[in-house]
Amino acid sequence: MISDLRFRGAGWGKRLFIFLMMAIMTIYVLLILYPLFNMVISAFKSNREILTKPFGFPQSIGFKNFHTVWVEKGFDRYFANSLLVTGVAMGFVLLFGSMGAYGVSRYRYKANTLVYMLFLSGIMLPLKAAIIPLFIIVKRLGLIDSRISVILIFIAMGLPSTVFILSGFMKGIPLELEYAARIDGCHDFQIYRRIIMPMTAPAIALVTIYNAVPIWNDFFFPLVFLQSNSRKTLPVGLSTFFGQHATNWSLLFTGLSIAILPMLLMYIFMSRYFIKGMTAGAVK
Amino acid sequence: MDVKQLRKAAWIIFFVTPGLMIVGVFILLPLFMSLYNSLFSWNQLLPVEFVGLENFSRLFTKYPYQQRFLNALQNNLIWFLSTMILQNSVGLLFGYLMSRSIPGYQAFKRIFFIPVLFSIIAVGFLWGLYLKPSGLVNNFLGLIGLESLQHAWLGEERFATMAIIMVNIWRWVGFPSLVFLAAIDNVPTECLEAAHLDGVGEWKLFWKIVFPLIIPSITIITVLTVIGSLNVFEQIYTMTGLDGGPNYSTDTIGTLFYRTAFGSVDAGSPEIGIGSAIGVVIYILTFLISLISIRFSRSREVQL
Repeated sequence: MISDLRFRGAGWGKRLFIFLMMAIMTIYVLLILYPLFNMVISAFKSNREILTKPFGFPQSIGFKNFHTVWVEKGFDRYFANSLLVTGVAMGFVLLFGSMGAYGVSRYRYKANTLVYMLFLSGIMLPLKAAIIPLFIIVKRLGLIDSRISVILIFIAMGLPSTVFILSGFMKGIPLELEYAARIDGCHDFQIYRRIIMPMTAPAIALVTIYNAVPIWNDFFFPLVFLQSNSRKTLPVGLSTFFGQHATNWSLLFTGLSIAILPMLLMYIFMSRYFIKGMTAGAVK
Repeated sequence: MDVKQLRKAAWIIFFVTPGLMIVGVFILLPLFMSLYNSLFSWNQLLPVEFVGLENFSRLFTKYPYQQRFLNALQNNLIWFLSTMILQNSVGLLFGYLMSRSIPGYQAFKRIFFIPVLFSIIAVGFLWGLYLKPSGLVNNFLGLIGLESLQHAWLGEERFATMAIIMVNIWRWVGFPSLVFLAAIDNVPTECLEAAHLDGVGEWKLFWKIVFPLIIPSITIITVLTVIGSLNVFEQIYTMTGLDGGPNYSTDTIGTLFYRTAFGSVDAGSPEIGIGSAIGVVIYILTFLISLISIRFSRSREVQL
């Protein structure tokens, strides 16, 4: 690079600039890391300690709070529900999304553009704005307070971007491969499964993260559709929990830690994929 | 049509139908139902009679709808402008610094993205605790001797909205940073080197060459900011509650819409007609503002 910001060989003005900028970026790093650190140590403190010694370390390390929140407050259920809902929804997003992308990108036909536009229509529309009709539809289907309702909506939420990203990717795969397979007697579904899908694997990884993170984190739809405590997902469960224990900060910080740390742990091991996946819609 | 053509058509239908059905039922149908429902008066979940645009005229002109609606819309505008000015320009600066390999940029990049992954709910509740009168923020101000700056950040009308926006920016700055980083990394090195050899300074290099070339990603971030600002809901829900307190000062279209649709607050019972009208307004605003942003940047876009 022609103008790397390096200290070595730089003039005083540039050195000062680099130093200032690094200072600003370091402040933001501290603003990210300290509140997370404080959240975790507060989970080990008593309410009294949190209020009287907000920056101090806990007097003793015990996992009683974590046990209480995980077992008695039902976070184990919330967690399992989130895993179930996200897993099933993502499975269908990838299956139907890749099939749709295949149907749009690997054939030439008149309605091609129309089908593509129908899929893409959801990319710009804020689905939240449609909550009233969605509520009416889900009620008609008899799915209020059923996890299937949020799964279906999450599938709809994930499909447009999945078709968009995957069809762009599939268009680049040479048709000759398909002809060769056809001569060997493969029918279309076999071509999709044996040839196109394996070649699409990197893009699949991308759309998985792109959709799974927002689905895992989604609050609005489970809030509206899931009422029984045993069916709630982690974000809604966390919200209920905050309503019930508003003054027990020690417990609240424990709940937050349980909600936040698994994602952080996954990120530490797969940060490259997360960054690539999450910015996939905005970076070409 | 011969057999081959029919077979092809059957396969296409096989591949696209499952996806199209779900998109149709859960995205397109609700869109048209919103438009349709907004033209009726409602009794709970049942349409009563066709009233034309009356729901819209009540929303725009009648008390208390007009006051609530304009107040919320104004807050959404504040959200949009603050996010553009504070978050996206800091993002552009960070993205630029990282693209110029500032010492430690690999670590900065990874750490900046951490809060982006967390649910807004967890982030909102966490900072909600920190911003309480006896919370960490005020404790910190006391620690460094700035007691005079301590406030009930979420309890005072003049601070609440800005406090919530700052929390949202805290969570989200990493996103534009990394999008802009990727965009600047894509600017061909030859361009920069040629200009550099001609003696163009760093500042001019950025505004005259880098900036025009990354306008597509600026458009994308702008459109995402529009959609994000119009969809603000969880942030308010977790930090100042569904009412958008204190005294509606943090109310947004999202929270107003939710209260109207599910009747949890000032309206008492759900008002499907007015609620649908608000939904339609959100659709139209999203569509129009996105279109304007795209048009605006198209006219400034430069191609190599």
